[in-house]
Amino acid sequence: MSGAEVMSDPWLLLLVVVPLLAAPVCVLLRSAGGAWSIATAVSWAVLGIAIKLLMTVLEKGEVVYRIGGWDAPWGIEYRLDTVGAFVVLIVAIIGALVLPYAKQSVLKEIRHDRIYLFYTMLLLCLSGLLGITVTGDAFNLFVFLEISSLSSYVLISLGQDRRALTAAFRYLIMGTIGATFYIIGVGLMYQMTGTLNMADLKTIMPAVADTRTIMAALAFLTVGISLKLALFPLHMWLPNAYTFAPSVVTVFLAATATKVSAYILLRIMLTVFGEVHLFDVFPLQPVLIAMALAAMFLASLSAIWQQNIKRMLAYSSVAQIGYIVLGIALTTEAGIAGGIVHMFNHAMMKGTAFMAIGAVVFATGAVTLRDLEGIGKQMPITMGAFVVAGLGLIGVPLTPGFISKWQLIMASLEVDMWPLAALILLSSLLAVIYVWRVFEVAYLREPKRTDVSEVPMSMLVPTWSLALIAVYFGANGTFTLDLAVTSARQLMEGF
Amino acid sequence: MDWDSIKDLLGLTNYWVAIVLMMSGFYIVIAQDNLVKKVVGLNVFQVAVFVFYISMGKIDGGSAPILKEGIEIYSNPLPHVLILTAIVVGVATTALALALVVRINHSYGTIEEDEIQSIEHEEEDIA
Repeated sequence: MSGAEVMSDPWLLLLVVVPLLAAPVCVLLRSAGGAWSIATAVSWAVLGIAIKLLMTVLEKGEVVYRIGGWDAPWGIEYRLDTVGAFVVLIVAIIGALVLPYAKQSVLKEIRHDRIYLFYTMLLLCLSGLLGITVTGDAFNLFVFLEISSLSSYVLISLGQDRRALTAAFRYLIMGTIGATFYIIGVGLMYQMTGTLNMADLKTIMPAVADTRTIMAALAFLTVGISLKLALFPLHMWLPNAYTFAPSVVTVFLAATATKVSAYILLRIMLTVFGEVHLFDVFPLQPVLIAMALAAMFLASLSAIWQQNIKRMLAYSSVAQIGYIVLGIALTTEAGIAGGIVHMFNHAMMKGTAFMAIGAVVFATGAVTLRDLEGIGKQMPITMGAFVVAGLGLIGVPLTPGFISKWQLIMASLEVDMWPLAALILLSSLLAVIYVWRVFEVAYLREPKRTDVSEVPMSMLVPTWSLALIAVYFGANGTFTLDLAVTSARQLMEGF
Repeated sequence: MDWDSIKDLLGLTNYWVAIVLMMSGFYIVIAQDNLVKKVVGLNVFQVAVFVFYISMGKIDGGSAPILKEGIEIYSNPLPHVLILTAIVVGVATTALALALVVRINHSYGTIEEDEIQSIEHEEEDIA
């Protein structure tokens, strides 16, 4: 920490507390419209706070808030640096765009008397995800992790298909094991260091790093976080959860939840174990790179065979998580920057893709390829957004996917791992195949149904807003890339 | 085996119990097909972590952490407080899991994982 007294910024607390308090208000209102209005207002307030915090962080380096005025490490401390502010921004943008989109979609997909509870859960999930990002305390992170996880199990189980229930149950089992592994890891670290504050852990860690307890802690933490992150081969819960969840939930979780888990991985590896030569203690790097590569190839191959577009995009998510972890596993500044910028880019692209598919589900009720022949001619505006997102997933120049893949390739060349660069390119070709299958069905075949029309503006505007954000940061990548590089540098140098 | 190492082994009883519970719970979650038994296994698994945290706070000869004359060594209350939070989280998780099991039973007519899976496979073949 820099010697100067860091400002205590109450906005950091408000970021978490506002959605947390709005959730019970939604329950008390018991009205669908009222709950939606509150949730929307809160999500935009959160976006406002997120932008304000990002600007403060860019100016001052970091923002700190001490809960109850207790100094760390005795009290819980909220701490936001550049990477945190960047992830908060991702979550806030998605939240602010998902809620206007949700109104019509939720009316159609969720039973009317459950809608207010749906928004309650969405707010809790938002609050949990933001809490994970701002907290500087390892145990507090677990609490927020469980707030966001429990609410996302409920959200998934609200899907129309009964398979949503089993998907939610399996996610609950896997997610709870992941979170419990995480607290075992935290407990083992506490045994050796006597602290839960991440900045404090970082300074004490080098003294105890060679002990078997810490090695066990690292193993538990990595496996636990990888479960939440859906890192191959621990991704089994993800495809069904994304496929059968309500469209809005899929958009929200696909764009935010795994990114926040990737953020936890970054925090543990680079902040808590920041002063330790992690890969000397534990041969984690080859393991993570192997898992990332397996995700990039096997999940992409699975995506190619899917008939259900939501499931296809879910497998694609597992593959994209591979790219993020690959960047992190390189543990060079360029690699981590590539991973971080891909978190942002993938959130925008996958959010757009799932929003477009959610609109198709809204209009047609169908989500399998053979039911969607000629859909591009009937819903040109919606599918236009899907095309943008699809090109982004492949990594075509001018889309954000290009920037992150370019950065990752450069990072692998920098450390003389040219086979990795080749594999990144090769796996992008697999993305071409699965995205092309949708394009082909949507545009090159004749429509079978005649009763399909475009969705309401309240769904089109958020979809295209997200698509345009993606294109803007794809064409002009300096802002996001600079942020990612600054984040990576801060992480490597430490708090 | 000398006396010291036997004493070490016995002194670690709580940790042995925690590990045995942890592994049994984990095994039940993986091996059982019945969803309620899976939830029970998950509970055992979580309780093992509670035992682990609570043992961690205990200091040899330490008394309860209440300020009193003549007492020098106190147990560490922090892990105990942490575990209060974890217990609440565990209860919430169990409640939600059981609620899901009830709804699964309503819509599938069974809570055996293998039967649910074969129903789901049939549905996918038709779809």
